[in-house]
Amino acid sequence: MNALARSLNVLRGDGQAGRVVPPTGHTAWLTQFTAGAMAFLAVFALALSLATDRLAELWSSELARSATVRVSAPAGQEEAQVRAAVRVLEQTPGIAAVRVLDAAEERALLEPWFGPDLPVEALPIPRMIDVVEGSDGYDAEGLRLRLAAEAPGAVLDDHTRWRQPLVKAAGRLRTLGVVSILLIGTATAAMITLAANAALAANAQVIRVLRLVGARDVYIARAFVRRFTLRALSGALAGTLLGMGAIALLPGASTEGGFLTGLGFQGAHWLIPLVIPLLAAIVAFWATRMAALRSLRGLM
Amino acid sequence: MIELDDVSYSYGGGELLSGISLTLPPGSFFFLTGPSGAGKTTFLKLCYGELLPTAGRITAFGQDMRGRGRDDIARLRQRIGVVHQDCKFLDHLPVAENVALPLTVAGRDAASETANLSELLGWVGLSGHADALPPELSGGERQRAAVARAVIMAPEIVIADEPTGNVDWDMSLRLLTLLVELNRMGKTILIATHDLNLIRAAKQQVQARVLRISNRNLQQAGADL
Ligand SMILES: Nc1ncnc2c1ncn2[C@@H]1O[C@H](COP(=O)(O)OP(=O)(O)O)[C@@H](O)[C@H]1O
Ligand SMILES: [Mg+2]
Repeated sequence: MNALARSLNVLRGDGQAGRVVPPTGHTAWLTQFTAGAMAFLAVFALALSLATDRLAELWSSELARSATVRVSAPAGQEEAQVRAAVRVLEQTPGIAAVRVLDAAEERALLEPWFGPDLPVEALPIPRMIDVVEGSDGYDAEGLRLRLAAEAPGAVLDDHTRWRQPLVKAAGRLRTLGVVSILLIGTATAAMITLAANAALAANAQVIRVLRLVGARDVYIARAFVRRFTLRALSGALAGTLLGMGAIALLPGASTEGGFLTGLGFQGAHWLIPLVIPLLAAIVAFWATRMAALRSLRGLM
Repeated sequence: MIELDDVSYSYGGGELLSGISLTLPPGSFFFLTGPSGAGKTTFLKLCYGELLPTAGRITAFGQDMRGRGRDDIARLRQRIGVVHQDCKFLDHLPVAENVALPLTVAGRDAASETANLSELLGWVGLSGHADALPPELSGGERQRAAVARAVIMAPEIVIADEPTGNVDWDMSLRLLTLLVELNRMGKTILIATHDLNLIRAAKQQVQARVLRISNRNLQQAGADL
């Protein structure tokens, strides 16, 4: 809290401390530009992290340990095979619940493709058994073999399993996004340290004079800190807004649309990137302060 | 106000100054003389804390120089006005702001002291140059601006390193008069110079004592000047 109050104090007013250091021209613009570019990249890294996060969550909840057994058998045998399959399923360790879908549910499943008036009963449509996996999982291969023996028309479809590696990939992508944000942050700190050191070296004479007339280290540091913090803040704000604009303009971000179109912010998540300029300012504040105090220690 | 006790200093080679003991009492007027390279500037730097002695002890206002932190040194510089040999300014700020710089960096509101500032500029004869930039000033004007900057904080001690180094005789006398006036206001004055004429001129106005650096030590020069 104290540190925050002090930081705000540095940024507020005291143009005098700013005036004692001559303006630095185009290097100021470079710092602003770099902070902006970094913020722009950070917005995308953030969007990537959030989108993969959402995707991973969606997919793994769909994975929700459910599978389907489809039974298609010649008319007459169907009912018997469904019962046989249910028996096998109920005896399989690791399966928590088994439920045969009734005609209304099947119709609901097919409705998107064939319309509401489909006479399900009259068609040779396979019967569906909903299988919910227990927490320990079950042996899918063994189950297939036993189903083939007891109910030859039954096919186990653990359809969401193929997404397992995708969920893993999404997790990796999210990690990469977070690592990118950290790299962008440290690169910004490094860049600002270099720029601050250049400014300090260019103003060695000014610093010497200030020190000789009795300026304390923090006073001298403040002149530089204020400058670089404001530059990083304004540059990063512009970069962030541009990045957010670019993401808002991406075509239709629907979750079903898959990965690419899902790259974006949703709802309150639009507020998260606004933290980037603040972080850039904090990074600039400390990087400049440390650079200034370090270079001042070499001066009596 | 400043006390040196068996002080030595070396830049790394042999000792430049060794075994110097001296007390600068309040209100005194000292000249420091000696050939070029004798160590006058070095001695003054020891007095205002830009250098620390390699041996011995220096106290200013009762506090050991060695024990001072960086902020203490900064505060000390607000109490000791220094006219440096190479008077450096902030070249992008006008003379008036340069003279007021010690106030500014001490966090005092320079704007509320404009009356003092213009009086001070008038006193050193720079009223007409308040808005000029330092590089536009002549050597003598720079020296006078440096004197004004050194005294704006109303320091108890004023140290001047060859303040008449590159100005003509008339200007030298004007600068001397300024320093003598400061001494009459009760300030302790320490001036390094190798200009014996200046010392003679001063002796007609104040009771000045003369210290000479020779053989790495400090000697009180006699009344023969
Ligand atoms: N920063 C320094 N490093 C090494 N030697 C120095 C330094 N400053 C001064 N000297 C040497 O110390 C000696 C005394 O210098 P100085 O105190 O400036 O003498 P003065 O002011 O009497 O002319 C000179 O020989 C000078 O070369
Ligand atoms: Mg000298």
